[in-house]
Amino acid sequence: MFYREAGQYKTSYAADQAIFPVLQDRLGLIAILIVAFVVIPLTGNEFLLQAVMIPFLVFTLATIGLNLLTGYTGLLSLGTGAFMGVGAYACYKLATIFPQVNLLVWVVASGFFAAGVGVLFGLPSLRIKGFYLAVATLAAQFFLSWCFIRIPWLYNYNISASIEVPTRTLFGIPVTGPTAAPVTRYLVVLSIVVVMTWLASNLVHGRIGRMWMAVRDMDIAAELIGIKLYRTKLLAFAVSSFYCGVAGAMLAFLWLGAAESESFNINQSFLVLFMVIIGGLGSLTGSFFGALFIWGLPIVLRNAPGAFGLSITAATVEHITFMVVGALIVFFLIVEPNGLARLWQIGKQKLRVWPFPY
Amino acid sequence: MRMKQLALGVALAGIMAAPALAQNSIFVPLLTYRTGPFSNSGIPIANGMHDYLAMLNERDGGIGGVKLAIEECETGYKNEKGVECYEALKSKKPVVVNPYSTGITLALIPKASVDHIPILSMAYGLSASAQGQDFPWIFNPPATYWDGLSMIIKYIADKEGGLANLKGKTIGYIYFDGGYGLEPIPLLDQLAKDYGFTVKKYPVPPADMQNQSGLWLNVRRDRPAWMIMWGWGAMNPTAVQEAAKINYPMDHMIGVWWSGSEDDARPAGAGGKGYLSLNFNSVGANYPAIQDIQKYVIDKGNSQTAKDKVGDNFYNRGVMNSVIIAEAIRNAQQLTGKKEVNAEDLRRGFETLKITPERWKELGLEGFAGPVNVTCTDHNGHHAAYVQQWDGTKWVKVSDWITPMKDKVQPLLDAAAQDYVTKNQPWPKRTEACDKSS
Repeated sequence: MFYREAGQYKTSYAADQAIFPVLQDRLGLIAILIVAFVVIPLTGNEFLLQAVMIPFLVFTLATIGLNLLTGYTGLLSLGTGAFMGVGAYACYKLATIFPQVNLLVWVVASGFFAAGVGVLFGLPSLRIKGFYLAVATLAAQFFLSWCFIRIPWLYNYNISASIEVPTRTLFGIPVTGPTAAPVTRYLVVLSIVVVMTWLASNLVHGRIGRMWMAVRDMDIAAELIGIKLYRTKLLAFAVSSFYCGVAGAMLAFLWLGAAESESFNINQSFLVLFMVIIGGLGSLTGSFFGALFIWGLPIVLRNAPGAFGLSITAATVEHITFMVVGALIVFFLIVEPNGLARLWQIGKQKLRVWPFPY
Repeated sequence: MRMKQLALGVALAGIMAAPALAQNSIFVPLLTYRTGPFSNSGIPIANGMHDYLAMLNERDGGIGGVKLAIEECETGYKNEKGVECYEALKSKKPVVVNPYSTGITLALIPKASVDHIPILSMAYGLSASAQGQDFPWIFNPPATYWDGLSMIIKYIADKEGGLANLKGKTIGYIYFDGGYGLEPIPLLDQLAKDYGFTVKKYPVPPADMQNQSGLWLNVRRDRPAWMIMWGWGAMNPTAVQEAAKINYPMDHMIGVWWSGSEDDARPAGAGGKGYLSLNFNSVGANYPAIQDIQKYVIDKGNSQTAKDKVGDNFYNRGVMNSVIIAEAIRNAQQLTGKKEVNAEDLRRGFETLKITPERWKELGLEGFAGPVNVTCTDHNGHHAAYVQQWDGTKWVKVSDWITPMKDKVQPLLDAAAQDYVTKNQPWPKRTEACDKSS
């Protein structure tokens, strides 16, 4: 009905190759950006910002990072949590050694540290693939987790072995630490995520993204047409870890305000992997869906009984949440193994031809 | 594109805005964990905390005629969940928050000073937060981890025939490899230097709490004269069982007060006999107040507590936690003359909190615990604790009340508080005035 492209003529190649060729998509994107940048900060309460939106965006960025590696390049990694940790600890060290430098510089710079570590642990990918590579990245996960607790220099010899984020300001407004308003932190996180999503979108639609996808689809064929495998794979590891590192730095600095080794354990890696799988491998939109589904659904479920005036004990709600989320994951994977992104695509296609079946 | 997200977000905002609390009540949220690998420790404490407050509502109509609104939030002992709970509860104006996890406490300490919500971390959390001057919103009575460790060393020295005899001995320290278990290490290293004993450290990673056999092989090789344990959740029963398996002399293994539940020692069967742990509350249900809980709450089916678990050590620990909250509320009411106290009033209530032995008796808990004395500068009190021993079926008190080595602990506390403040600059200066102790 509204979602029709009839009458939208493309008069140039650029228009035809646009990422959002349909006008309604572009309007929708603008509407979402307006809601995210204007409506939510103005109307959202502290809980929505602090406990829903900020973690959702942080996990989205990590999911995009892993999606670049697993979804686009076809390299399975279980080290996401650890790479996020590298970002968080690097950011902490940099921010405490050079307190006068703008924090945002360090949040981005910490991504480069994660990228370096990612490349190092990506080296085995030149020889092994699939599950074997997953095991190799698992080693990264355990080794780095060990470092985060056994190298006290990383957390400035803090007795509790955790990093506590100091207050830092941006244009005179505190963005980290306890005095930073959730709205400020939300807007900073949102801006970083939007800019980095835009960059990722350009990457995957360009030459590099095509190289990655060629390697994913068949690496021997890719090599035959002149793609250097080791460069492509290591680049994928570097970019992916960069995204994860920035997400980790944001997790510690802009969301929790404190972090310890446990915040970056294997469960975190699995959580992000589930977000990638549920959202859809090889889809940036899917990364948003996956993060929203895995992070948002339990919160909705936890608060649902209270909203309907039911009194169920907190522990029972938790058990029910576990079961429902698990069941829904299985349900969605059976209905659409390619993830929520594919469902979304099918939905749009149906709308386009509505009321005809095809 | 992301319409779904948006719809969900809007729906969520609606849900969040809806609940309005009943008027004329004091909101006391409880951060608990009845799920996950720490639930064996978390359930009895959650029950104890809930039941005592529920009993006050039923028996006395609350405190000073104002009902308490009790709400649990499940954290699963996870920091992220704990922070989420805190954010969700904050809008309902809680008068106090009990994180019941050292990790969550650490994450909430900076927030509490900004949001002006007192945090009660009863004998856990950041030891340095005992310094009221630097941490006006954090309270951790009756003793810090460092006090606890110094008491354990004192007990060991007593058994060895004096502190001088510790020289040359090896003491093992098995601990939860996270904020909680790492806290006591600076003092342990200090004491080792002062008294000339060696420390062997055995960290238990949170993921391997139930997989300690390799670690205990090392213990068998090193043969430390004593083992000190800083464990929680599933780590405790596992450690006691493994110790029994390698025939470690159980009366030389001593846990902190968080490693002393009945269910920590019982699974080891006969092998667990002799296991020691520190404690600061009594075990058993033979107290009028606990009988009242039985009568007003449990018999009426308003609790999740199994009848035979009433009076267990961690159940009573939870009760003690709630007694401290309830007494602080009462104190705040007397101090301000208001019935419905808010968070700021309660902070003042905590700062002048005194539970004397007579007051314990009035509460129907005579001899339940030692006196609690919190002041403006000392948010802890550094009170004594005693050692209990597992006789195969129940805990038996085997020592007198042991006082902490204040001369060793205090300098370290001052330094740690100072360190915390410098590292977290700009840390808010205390502006809250001190009340005269009542």
